[in-house]
Amino acid sequence: MEIASCKPLYAVLAALIGSILVSMAGRKPNFREGLSTVAAVIMFLIIASMVPDVLAGKMLKCTVFDILPGLSVTFRVDAFSMIFALAASFLWIIAVFYSMGYMRGLQEHAQTRFNTCFALALFGAIGVAFADNLFTLYLFYEIVSVCTYPLVAHHQDEEGYMGARKYIVYLTTTAKGFILPAMILIYVLTGTLDFATNISTGIFPPGVNSTLVTILYILCIFGFAKNGVMPFHHWLPGAMVAPTPVSALLHAVAVVKVGVFSTTRVMLYVFGVDTMSALNLGIPTAYFVSFTILMASVIALSKDNLKARLAYSTVSQLSYIILGVALLTPTAIEGGLIHITNHAFSKITLFFCAGAVYVAAHKKNISEMGGLGRTMPFTFAAFGIASLSMIGAPPVAGFVTKWKLLVGTMEMESYYVGILLVLLASTLLNAAYFAPVTYKAFFGKRPKGEKYEGIKEAPLSMVIPIMVAAIISVLIGIFPGFMMQFVDRVTPDNVAVAMPQYKPEGAPAFVPSVKAHGAPAETHGAPAENHDGAPAGH
Amino acid sequence: MQDFLIINTLGYPILSLLIFLPLAGVIPLLILKNDEAAKYSTLAVTTLIALISLTLYFKFDKTTALYQFGEHHAWIPMWDINYTLGIDGISLLLILLTTLLMPLCVLCSWNYIKTRVRPFLACLLIMQTSMLGVFMALDFVLFYILWEAMLIPMYLLIAVWGGPRKIYASIKFFLYTLAGSVLLLVAIIALYLHNDPHTFSIPQMMGQDYSSVFQIYVFLAFFLAFAIKVPMFPFHTWLPAAHVEAPTAGSVVLASVLLKMGTYGFLRFCLPITPEASLTMMPYVLWLSVAGIIYGGFTALAQSDMKKLIAYSSVGHMGFVTLGIFVFNVQGIEGALLQMINHGVTTGALFIMVGMIYERTHSRELAMAAGVGKFMPIYVIFLGFFSLSSLAFPGTNSFIGEFLVLVGAFAKTKIVAACAIPGAVLAAAYMLRMLQKVVWGGTNNPDQSYLTDLNVREIITLAPLLLFVLWIGLNPAPFMDVMHTSVNHLIQQVGIADAGPQGIFEVAKLAIPQ
Repeated sequence: MEIASCKPLYAVLAALIGSILVSMAGRKPNFREGLSTVAAVIMFLIIASMVPDVLAGKMLKCTVFDILPGLSVTFRVDAFSMIFALAASFLWIIAVFYSMGYMRGLQEHAQTRFNTCFALALFGAIGVAFADNLFTLYLFYEIVSVCTYPLVAHHQDEEGYMGARKYIVYLTTTAKGFILPAMILIYVLTGTLDFATNISTGIFPPGVNSTLVTILYILCIFGFAKNGVMPFHHWLPGAMVAPTPVSALLHAVAVVKVGVFSTTRVMLYVFGVDTMSALNLGIPTAYFVSFTILMASVIALSKDNLKARLAYSTVSQLSYIILGVALLTPTAIEGGLIHITNHAFSKITLFFCAGAVYVAAHKKNISEMGGLGRTMPFTFAAFGIASLSMIGAPPVAGFVTKWKLLVGTMEMESYYVGILLVLLASTLLNAAYFAPVTYKAFFGKRPKGEKYEGIKEAPLSMVIPIMVAAIISVLIGIFPGFMMQFVDRVTPDNVAVAMPQYKPEGAPAFVPSVKAHGAPAETHGAPAENHDGAPAGH
Repeated sequence: MQDFLIINTLGYPILSLLIFLPLAGVIPLLILKNDEAAKYSTLAVTTLIALISLTLYFKFDKTTALYQFGEHHAWIPMWDINYTLGIDGISLLLILLTTLLMPLCVLCSWNYIKTRVRPFLACLLIMQTSMLGVFMALDFVLFYILWEAMLIPMYLLIAVWGGPRKIYASIKFFLYTLAGSVLLLVAIIALYLHNDPHTFSIPQMMGQDYSSVFQIYVFLAFFLAFAIKVPMFPFHTWLPAAHVEAPTAGSVVLASVLLKMGTYGFLRFCLPITPEASLTMMPYVLWLSVAGIIYGGFTALAQSDMKKLIAYSSVGHMGFVTLGIFVFNVQGIEGALLQMINHGVTTGALFIMVGMIYERTHSRELAMAAGVGKFMPIYVIFLGFFSLSSLAFPGTNSFIGEFLVLVGAFAKTKIVAACAIPGAVLAAAYMLRMLQKVVWGGTNNPDQSYLTDLNVREIITLAPLLLFVLWIGLNPAPFMDVMHTSVNHLIQQVGIADAGPQGIFEVAKLAIPQ
């Protein structure tokens, strides 16, 4: 059911107006950071206020500009956009506090520009989350690219410019070179760019040339290069020259999630599960991104720089999301989508910790962090918890993802052995590159001649956000129900009908529910009960 | 005679008024001895013209493809030469673009021109007369006279107020354009003799059944004249030279209006008068357009001179316009028309912005302008918007134009359209490179701390252009509405209405089933 509402617009405007005000409040740092916080809180509250409507099965819509027939700037809020919007807007609040501690702790220059661009990036990210059509998505996707450029180049040294150039070249080239033609061809073929209202049908009329659709699909997978799928992933490690709060919020949450969100949105709402199954696009995609999952993990193993290791870990984890959706079974789709939130909370914790270590001890390399955990217990404890999530160990968030993905894989009729092996191998790899960091920090020896004199735990404005993010990572692992409600509404029952490889009896974790569009199902009365402890229950 | 013309009913001859007001504006320049007063008087005249021209938009009848606000007076009856004026949906927006840009040209020359101020302003006003006349003329002789008349003030603008290599550039500009014009004259006379009774009336020449061979010859003559003006690859070499040497206002007029005359010529003459030849030559023109798009992009990427960079970007952008025109469907032609306006707005603004830097640093080198952003934040905000517009960022005017052109092109032939895509990528590359250099520079920028940010006059110059960038980008309907009827009529004239896909919705049916 659609209802017209301007709330999505207000949410997006909160960030935009916030950024303008922040840019004008440059001379008063406290006032400026206050404004950022207020903007972040307002945005989160507006988004949170839409939750009841979305849970009631409604879709909020708001057309801002009608440009051409079938081409408009329109916002929509449905369960799918909520998965991303809730996480991103909540983490913005934490990140504002954290970056205040970080930037002031290091006495960074150009903090006003930093805060302005930060807010603009969120403006773009929420715009992507609420996009109702491919054009709006593309518009905000590009806004994110452009507005984060100054953040990546923040240090304005050779390294910063190089990283930022790579960043913008990769992102704009793929967007203009792949997404633009794909978008135009879709417009030529269908006369519209609006997303479908469910994940099964897609928007292509029957009888469209299947080769053309396959080409469009490939263009879309590679075009949203923010999703970090190899071979267009290289901008992500390059962008790690940015200050850590940028890496944290943008390259663990906003930017990369904009990429995977766009990719999965297009996979499910432009192509649709039916088309993808009919043209057999899912399995090849799954195997293709499996390469990224494994390769990025292997590269991460070889990195001694903590942020570089986290960057490659991000590349690897992002592909989990696409893998889940590409498997096209309901549970796998759920697993992929829930990872948008799970990975966001866990990875931001990890980046926050890396930044805290840098501020407190000026250490970037893992080999220099031996024994540091005893000096900075909170930071490294949080790091350990978030690592568990990345590895997929209970009770942290990542476990829910892994569980769902594994179950989803077994729902497939064929070709699932390879995917299972990939998931298991990548779990081992994750453990191999995350466990030593925490282990060395707590139990390892100090490097020779290193006394850690004068090093204390990071300032409170950093430790508190770290702890909050880590605790939430645990909470959404123990109580996945809240976020699951949204994911659940994305994968309605009728997907099963459309999927040839789907076997209902092999799907223990998938709780079938009557979910005809427009009629809220009975099982949704208590969604938390369906899913609380679902991993343990099955 | 009058079947194509709706005689003006406003009570005053608005088109003639617009044509002759600039000339009247020259008179005070002859009398006044004070340069400041001359600037104010010219600014007043051009602003008045801009305001009057708005009447055209509001009184324009969107439902007819006939020429409106028409004026028809016999001039040399012996040869059937008439003073016929009229506008339709194709010329309306170009006229408005011209009238709205002229006050900005005066404003951006305020401090730039220090010598011979009054002759400079007179040249601008004479330019305006001839440019408006070209877009309004419906008689070939009148058209040709005004077309040629434009050359002289433009030549003077470059040759008198230009940079160090102004003589080379102005002569090159003059010779190139003149070469094209000569062939244009031949084609006009051939058409005159071929019509029975002989006529110079442009609308009467349309829809005649000329033989295929004759059409090809006429088309080629037209094509060369207009392709030089556009300029299409490989006839573009005069453009960077002229732009680099021209004063800011000259560059703005050149880029925003003069280049459009070439593409206007394609729409007004090539397509309706020689439709069969246009169809025959279509593939070649399309590939030339794509070549221009790619070539312009690569060359722009290699420039260190900001004006040259924008000049080469014009070659690429105009490639999109010719691409749109020669795909012969509604989206393509409307996109091309809109892109003409967009290019006028955006590139005009970019040239003004380069001029502003030049006034301050006396250099157009990117290296000299590096790192300006720290000291000129307002300048940089404007530059950011116009650069994004130039690279067709979604939400700006150029995106809509480029989108429609590519929709038209993909509907017509996917290979050509796909080959144009790298041009769009290159546009992002060279524009972002320029933006990055100007805003940030590198680690060792020249000392820019003496620079002052934009003053009120400069902000007033740029603000209207920014308004149009966002207005067309977010709500193009007011601009598209006026062209629908005329474009549809044009496509009927080309006579391929049934041959190709018309609407996007019909295209879906053409898709090959599995």
